Amino acid sequence: MNRSFATLISGTLFALATAWSALAADPKADNWDSVLSQAKGQTVYFNAWGGSQNINDYIAWAGRELESRYGVKVEHVKLDDTANAVATVIAEKTAGKDENGRIDLIWINGENFASMKQKNLLFSPAWADKLPNWKYVDVENKPTITVDFTIPTEGLESPWGGAKMVFFHDTARQKKGPLPNSIADLVSWAEANPGRISYPAPPDFIGSSFLKQALSELITEPEKLLQPVKKDEFATLAKPLFDTLDKLHPNMWRSGRAYPKNYPAMTQLLSDGELDITFAFNPSDASSAIAQNKLPDTVRSFTFSGGTLGNTHFVAIPYNATAKAGALVLANFLLSPEAQARKQDPNVWGDPTILNINKLSDEDKARFEALDLGIATLKPEELGPMLPEPHPSWMVEIEQEWTRRYAAGN
Amino acid sequence: MVASGGVCSGMILRLAPALAIAILIGPVVCGLLATILPAFGYLPALGEEALSFRHFESVRRSPGIGPAAFLSLYTGLLTTFIALGIVMFFVSAWHGTRFFSRLQHFISPLLSVPHAAAAFGLAFLIAPSGFLMRLLSPGITGLTRPPDLLILQDPMGLTMMAGLIAKEIPFLLLVTLAALPQTPASRARQVAGSFGYGRTAGFLLTTWPLVYRQIRLAVFAVIAYSTSVVDVALILGPSSPSTLAVQLTQWMNDPDIGMRFAASAGALLQLGVTLGAMLLWLGVERVAAAVARFARRRGTRFQKDRIVRAASASAILIATLSIASGLGILAIWSVAGFWAFPEALPRSFTLSNWDRALPSLGRPLGITLITGLAATLTAIILALACLEREFRTGRTGGSKALLFVYIPLLVPQVSFVFGLQIFFLVLGADASWGALYFVHLIFVLPYVFLSLSDPWRAWDKRYASVAHGLGASDNRTFWRIRLPMLLRPALVAAGVGFAVSVGQYLPTLLIGAGRLPTITTEAVALAAGGDRRVIGVYAFLQMILPFLGFVLAAAIPAALFKNRQDMKANV
Repeated sequence: MNRSFATLISGTLFALATAWSALAADPKADNWDSVLSQAKGQTVYFNAWGGSQNINDYIAWAGRELESRYGVKVEHVKLDDTANAVATVIAEKTAGKDENGRIDLIWINGENFASMKQKNLLFSPAWADKLPNWKYVDVENKPTITVDFTIPTEGLESPWGGAKMVFFHDTARQKKGPLPNSIADLVSWAEANPGRISYPAPPDFIGSSFLKQALSELITEPEKLLQPVKKDEFATLAKPLFDTLDKLHPNMWRSGRAYPKNYPAMTQLLSDGELDITFAFNPSDASSAIAQNKLPDTVRSFTFSGGTLGNTHFVAIPYNATAKAGALVLANFLLSPEAQARKQDPNVWGDPTILNINKLSDEDKARFEALDLGIATLKPEELGPMLPEPHPSWMVEIEQEWTRRYAAGN
Repeated sequence: MVASGGVCSGMILRLAPALAIAILIGPVVCGLLATILPAFGYLPALGEEALSFRHFESVRRSPGIGPAAFLSLYTGLLTTFIALGIVMFFVSAWHGTRFFSRLQHFISPLLSVPHAAAAFGLAFLIAPSGFLMRLLSPGITGLTRPPDLLILQDPMGLTMMAGLIAKEIPFLLLVTLAALPQTPASRARQVAGSFGYGRTAGFLLTTWPLVYRQIRLAVFAVIAYSTSVVDVALILGPSSPSTLAVQLTQWMNDPDIGMRFAASAGALLQLGVTLGAMLLWLGVERVAAAVARFARRRGTRFQKDRIVRAASASAILIATLSIASGLGILAIWSVAGFWAFPEALPRSFTLSNWDRALPSLGRPLGITLITGLAATLTAIILALACLEREFRTGRTGGSKALLFVYIPLLVPQVSFVFGLQIFFLVLGADASWGALYFVHLIFVLPYVFLSLSDPWRAWDKRYASVAHGLGASDNRTFWRIRLPMLLRPALVAAGVGFAVSVGQYLPTLLIGAGRLPTITTEAVALAAGGDRRVIGVYAFLQMILPFLGFVLAAAIPAALFKNRQDMKANV
């Protein structure tokens, strides 16, 4: 009697728990009120590159806002490479940990998104386009919001910011010859100014982007970059890239025997006067660095008239995230005009918005119009054309070949 | 009441040695096992069960692995050789002098500086745009821009070795100082001197072999550490290729799950590299012994040793000063406004760097403190219990016990912490605070043991005899006589243990999986950003925490024994 009663109780509890966990596991972005109530009290582990203090500060601000407004805590897990977060999710999936994963939100794009999407590691069905703030997103004019490195995003990641490669130099410093206007120019510029340019070694994303920029300019059949790479063609198609690098490296900083860790490290080197030309994926990076005492106010930006790489960066939720509702709330907050305007302020971060200003209310428009984009930031019309990102598979091949040639110590 | 207390403490004492050995050996064995199995392709949790050598094959074929392994081997060996050489010549030339006893006081604080903080300080000091170059420019060098010199991350690993040598010298000096009282150093010096031997040669030929016998395991620990270090190699070491341990850590975090197997296979290669370095060291020992034999037989007195004395003292001073001034420069950067090359000081000072960092400092700081304190407290209790048990039973365990203590320091961290991570993952305890505390304890316990055991054993047993004679029980003697008398060394050992915990990088990174950040993991993560101001803030905190520990270790006995003349520190 007693025993069967206990069985009954525990059976009921188990059924309830299962039902509850099924309920709890699947927040629906289109039922926002239930998302908000489910999110309350959750802690979102936001895995995001942590190499830049102003970005870390911005994330900390977003966390404080989220806690006071929605009762959602945010812990920033600082990565040095987003691939590490992907690795964690893969490890959890292989270990059968399909629930209560360690990561709730990842700052992601390109190669890592492609790999997670392909391996079904992302929270689905589509949620990004159901977020309340999605209505402000500039899907019409920014194709990279829906197609990430040739891969359709299909609502599995939510845009966070825009990116375009721009170059920086210090006008107070003497340099030989005009500023380069292409990768080929850059090689001859380095010949005239040896030791004053470098790029971070891949897999750092800025370093990889520099290599993709070079490949996009130098490849004879650029349309092939939009398709997955064919292994047997790679050597021939990438030959111009590696020939150019072979010419560039002897005239690079430290004669190409060492590389800066990433773009903030290059900024420090520009400030110290070790480098003359640096670059970043953020048009207002130099203005932002000036505002933070990291660069002298004589630094200015320039770009290539033939175009530079541009893309969008996103946030995505792993399929086994613990705090999915909280992650949705954070993703939606990051899309809000308020958070986006703050992000674009060079005194804070200076990262371009992915919203369409014309869709905003007058009050929110005013937030953007009030921004001083900074002395070293190019106007949107000066940024030049945008080159598309190659299919992610190209980067894998480039990184391997690069490592084999330049990092293997031969 | 008294009886039950006695039984209880008796149990604790009886269990302590077994528990300590379990903590020292268990994780190493489990970790190695969980590294070996995936290396041979067995890890059902990741979907592989067929034993094979193919992961070793993929390690062998990965670009740059040979040069990386060679780099780890020779930098580790050279670091040990040079650091030990400097310590050996310094102790030989200066033992028994005032300079020597003065310098002793700086050793513990230097030892407590985490490796990463010391490496940052060194980087800020000697980089082409670093502080030294700023001091000399443009006045002496005539440079208004930093020279294009490959000083940091040089392909040969010279800077990395310099950083490691500067940090290993305090450790080797400390173990040497602990060993010296057990040798007849002063008498041997007098005898050798009366035979006409120079001071240095006299010590080297008589006392040093006795010292070396005692510190041998510590030397092997230095070999293990410097062949497999990750954080210092990330900050100062070459990047193309980087050292083996750095590459393995990258593989362990690769999005391609298959790389976990290769990383495990690589971790065994790392074990082989470290073992190889140790074997080569045995050869170095033979050669050194042969040279000493030859010198003894030949009878040369080496009376003129001024150069050796000057050189060894300068080497020690340079190592000490470079760490100390590096830390000073970290402090300056943490409050620097715009600071252009070649200005020797920033144009302005600002607290905004600290202001910006403070909101995100709380959690890492909390985790660092709680983990460090918990691991240190456990280690101190265990060490005291083991030593007390040893005293009461009279069984010292001899050299085997010492080997046990050194085990976690003799096996490269990379080789077994990888496995531990997989182990915890399978247990479902990954990224939990308990796992982090446990992993820290593995590395804190040996250092606490090492720094506590010598003063504990050197205690004059006649105090216990007198106490027993007056009717005090073993427990009462411990609490009322021995512990108060040895409170100072116990707290210093706690300080060392806490410093070790604060400095742990790889175990914290792998077991905490980024969800349990400490000041150290945050500092090394920020190193990637190259923002010297933020690095300054974190590295400054990293070094100030252990320092505060030592201040406490000195302040507590001073306050407790304010009115006891004979309990004051004998400085």
